[in-house]
Amino acid sequence: MLDYLIRRVLLLLPVFLAVSAIIFLILHLIPGDPVDNLLKVGSGPDARAKIEAKYGLDQPLIVQYGMWLGNVLQGDLGTSIITRRPVSSMIAQVLPNSLMLGGFALLFSSIMGIILGIVAAAYRDRWPDQIIMGGVLLGSTLPSFWLGLLLILAFSVQLSWFPVSGARGWESLVLPVLTIGLGGMALVARVTRVSMIDAASRDFVLLLHAKGLSPARIRLRHVLRHALIPVVTILALRIGWILGGAVTVEYVFARPGLGLTLIKALAQHDYPVVQACLLMLAIAVMLGTLLGDILQALMDPRVRSAMT
Amino acid sequence: MSLKGTLNSIGRALRTPKGAISGAWLALVVLGAIFAPVLTPYDYDIQDLPNAFAAPSFAHWLGTDEFGRDLLTRVLYGARTSLSVSVLSISVSVFTGMVLGAAAGYFGGAFDRAVTIFVDLTWSFPEILIALILVAIIGPGITGTMVAIAVAYLAQFTRLTRAQIMAIRSETYIEAAKSLGARDSFILLRHLLPNSLAPVLVAGMLATGDAIILEATLGFFGLGAQPPTPSWGSMMSSGSALLFKAPWIIVFPGLAVAITVVAINLFGDALIRALDIKTRLREA
Repeated sequence: MLDYLIRRVLLLLPVFLAVSAIIFLILHLIPGDPVDNLLKVGSGPDARAKIEAKYGLDQPLIVQYGMWLGNVLQGDLGTSIITRRPVSSMIAQVLPNSLMLGGFALLFSSIMGIILGIVAAAYRDRWPDQIIMGGVLLGSTLPSFWLGLLLILAFSVQLSWFPVSGARGWESLVLPVLTIGLGGMALVARVTRVSMIDAASRDFVLLLHAKGLSPARIRLRHVLRHALIPVVTILALRIGWILGGAVTVEYVFARPGLGLTLIKALAQHDYPVVQACLLMLAIAVMLGTLLGDILQALMDPRVRSAMT
Repeated sequence: MSLKGTLNSIGRALRTPKGAISGAWLALVVLGAIFAPVLTPYDYDIQDLPNAFAAPSFAHWLGTDEFGRDLLTRVLYGARTSLSVSVLSISVSVFTGMVLGAAAGYFGGAFDRAVTIFVDLTWSFPEILIALILVAIIGPGITGTMVAIAVAYLAQFTRLTRAQIMAIRSETYIEAAKSLGARDSFILLRHLLPNSLAPVLVAGMLATGDAIILEATLGFFGLGAQPPTPSWGSMMSSGSALLFKAPWIIVFPGLAVAITVVAINLFGDALIRALDIKTRLREA
């Protein structure tokens, strides 16, 4: 297992380098002079010289990337052009909100998705299955920001059960988690249903029926255990997708987090903040995928041996 | 597959209830977008402030927005932007993906390895993140949105085409063509690409639905089509601040996105069944 872990983490290294290089290059690819893009309008020449020295802007690009990466790895993400605060402290402030939102959304979509998938598979091709699968299609195709707005309209405006926006208290988490979770839930439910139906047709299930075990027990104790492996695979692949949903939903609910910070910074051309948020999101996606892979390897010895 | 065979399959898809209903909606949206100037007496960008925030009525079927502009008119004109941006950028993405995937799958070697690295790199990242990186570079607007969509889905089509080509490459008839002295370009264009076309095109169609959502999301962030050009997403961007005062401003454009995307998915489903390519889509 340790061997697998080390290999998997090492595989992540080139991906991290490539992604961070692209994010670093944003500053050089946008129109205009990089220094101008890092300075507030009307800054003096000494501020300019300071920036040039810090980022080594007279050096070749590869050296600049090295310096930038070195700074990033030491936690120095630059200074925001708009707020003039260190970007790292801005990120540290909002990161817990985003992680909490993403984590709960992941939890919600896994649990609800698996339950719905089991029910749909048990009633295969009958009305409960058709209703669930219809809902799943809807859930996976509705734009999540629109779903969020509709939920605000229904539960905050009409019923005033939950606050419209912000990140204070548990109530403010309910609607955002629901908004992201419904899309993820749809995906998990679809995969669970298919793999439950697939696993139920294996020989060992026939044997269990022959032994006289109750169908519910077979389904939950034996079939489900097999069916969960592809579900974890999909979750591992799509963890980034759920985290990506957080970007949109934070904006809808005006919830302080990486996503909201990123969108605001994009509109204000606050490039150090844009770069930092994108980098954080990319790292979150990579770590999420890694976590999913590790979980999968823990559950399925075949995955572990395939890597070696 | 021949052109006639493809047309037959589309016909077969249209004859299923799913395909008929979704096909009818898609036709309605496309025709509505094309004939928008004829269909509505209003202009999409002429303000009529006394009539601002009017609720749906006979004069304004879907109500008016904060500038008194007729919402149905803007939804119809918005369909022009949203559909053309999505269809055009997905077409570019499909075409590029097919060229990259076919070349990688057929020739192999260093080029294949480079393409695979690119695909693996983008595959694990959500489309919205890739799109936001590109919008950060190119800047907000329709061009940025189109490039963002085209690149965000490129990996999918490259991967699918490559898998198709790899699967057919070692068939006997390809070997036969080679031994008869056919050139690589001939084999690729005459045999490999036509035979791998159907799954890639259906995947492209399904991705168009996702692209409409991505376009709407970027528009909603204020990073897509800029005012006064209406797109389904940008209409909702201004509407979200007015959620309490005039909910119809966000409800109807969103409904247009939602129904259209569901219709695309249902039609794609019917097409997959008619073409009998379910397993080929899943292989990749």
